[in-house]
Amino acid sequence: MDKKDNFRKQVRSFYSVLLTSFIMVMLIGILGVTYMINPSAFSFKENGPSSEMVSKNAEDEDWDKIENGIHLRTGLKDADGLMAVVNNCTNCHSAKLVMQNRMNEERWVETIRWMQETQNLWDLGENEKVIVDYLVTNYPPKSKGRREALTNIEWYPLEDK
Amino acid sequence: MKRRNFVKKTTLGSLAGILGMDIVYGSKIPENYTLLGFQDPDPFQLFNKDKEMVVLNSKPWNMEAVAHLLDDKVTPNKYMFVRNNGLVPENINSKEWTLTIDGESVKEEKTFTLEELKSKFEHHTYQLTVECGGNGRSEFDPPAKGNQWTIGAVACATWTGVRLKDVLKEAGIKDDAVYIGYHAVDQHLSRDPSKKPISRGVPMSKALQDETLLAFKMNGEDIPLVHGYPLRLVCGGWPASTSGKWVNRISIRNIVHDGEKMTGTSYKVPCHPVAPGEKVKEEDMCIIESMPVKSLITYPKSGAILPSGKKLNIRGHAWAGELNVSKVSYSIDFGATWSDCVLEKPVNRLAWQHFKASISFPKTGYYEVWARATDSNGVSQPMLLPGWNPKGYLNNACHRIAVKVA
Repeated sequence: MDKKDNFRKQVRSFYSVLLTSFIMVMLIGILGVTYMINPSAFSFKENGPSSEMVSKNAEDEDWDKIENGIHLRTGLKDADGLMAVVNNCTNCHSAKLVMQNRMNEERWVETIRWMQETQNLWDLGENEKVIVDYLVTNYPPKSKGRREALTNIEWYPLEDK
Repeated sequence: MKRRNFVKKTTLGSLAGILGMDIVYGSKIPENYTLLGFQDPDPFQLFNKDKEMVVLNSKPWNMEAVAHLLDDKVTPNKYMFVRNNGLVPENINSKEWTLTIDGESVKEEKTFTLEELKSKFEHHTYQLTVECGGNGRSEFDPPAKGNQWTIGAVACATWTGVRLKDVLKEAGIKDDAVYIGYHAVDQHLSRDPSKKPISRGVPMSKALQDETLLAFKMNGEDIPLVHGYPLRLVCGGWPASTSGKWVNRISIRNIVHDGEKMTGTSYKVPCHPVAPGEKVKEEDMCIIESMPVKSLITYPKSGAILPSGKKLNIRGHAWAGELNVSKVSYSIDFGATWSDCVLEKPVNRLAWQHFKASISFPKTGYYEVWARATDSNGVSQPMLLPGWNPKGYLNNACHRIAVKVA
């Protein structure tokens, strides 16, 4: 009896491996053929869901590479909470929008609520505090007063037009 | 380039990893092709923009000019700012494009093909100033949320199209009409089809102006995709968000249009002045209509060094929303004294006006040249930031450039 069961199991598992492989090969084949017929069919999305799939793949260390304290892919500063920000805040908009905005804790929480109520942002759970702490620590509001001095002036001799 | 190669490699590698096998047609993928989800387009190439333009955001695409790029009398595409609330539409077929006029206050709902619009109605061309309501936001303190525009979210291109009023009248406008609202095909950032990135509008009085166009050409050519191809509503002198891109439906409303970014606090300022940082209730916020008086020095570029005794010729543009600019002055002593610039009349209503001046400096040293425009109601630009508002709109403070006389 045992042997028979074992054999059945083996057949089943072999069969399922075969079936999976077959489906995979077919799928890839179809994709490949579609691509050969119409290459543009693949070029319509900038940041499709597949980017998430890869970003979570532990094999790709380089994908989240950090150089000189900067997370290269997004430009965000490397500090506590970085990956929570990357994974929750750069799906819909780019990190540039995050870095441009300087807010205190209260206003960041308000902004998160607004995104949750109107922009399909999910519940951040425990990550919310991590994210807000990261933002107010690394991108704090700067006081600018009523008018700032001109800075970063690139001086050049004027050739009059 | 390096990054792209790297991305491509990881894509192939990780796909193979996930599948536990090689990619069957991996070798067929062309050299420069990046798999779905890994395209890292060059926005300058993608939108035909000059390399000196500044990218504020890549999702959605937002890009602005720096002052000296806006020196042309008619802004060419390469220097025109890009403002998107959602994703730029793909696969637009202009042959099948239609525009529907509907709403509570339309007499008879009508749909026109693009060709019908072009052949049925008279064409008009105007040079129209289009400025983002949030242009200058970066200077507000406390900071306001959103793209931190500096001075470059303004342009004045030539737009060709049919008058919105001619098209609305063809469908018929009921007596109770108060507003129009546009609808477009761009996608929400979340790609949720039930959400719209933006659907704004203007009161009937603005909709019925001669210069309010349903445009199909910009600077004599098809409108570039990122600027609204194949059909764009253009409401010169008003926040650029009222100039809807990729428009396929206009609703004649019997209420103030309540589309996306018309409600809440978007494109609204406090009805009464508030202290910096003050909380303002939604019901105390009023919709922005005409943009305020403003000017830009577009020549020379800030940072010019000129020899002592030499005159400095400056030039630029000034605009005032619905109004004309009546005067532009400049100061080299931080507003202590002002001198008049030579100011041209606009080529048509709602087009910016050009100014110039020739400046002498009394001695060597560091100077700032400040420009200040005054509108036909006698209202001038402030030298300091204008009234703070929660969303950081309508900063029309004077523009200035740094100059050294050596």
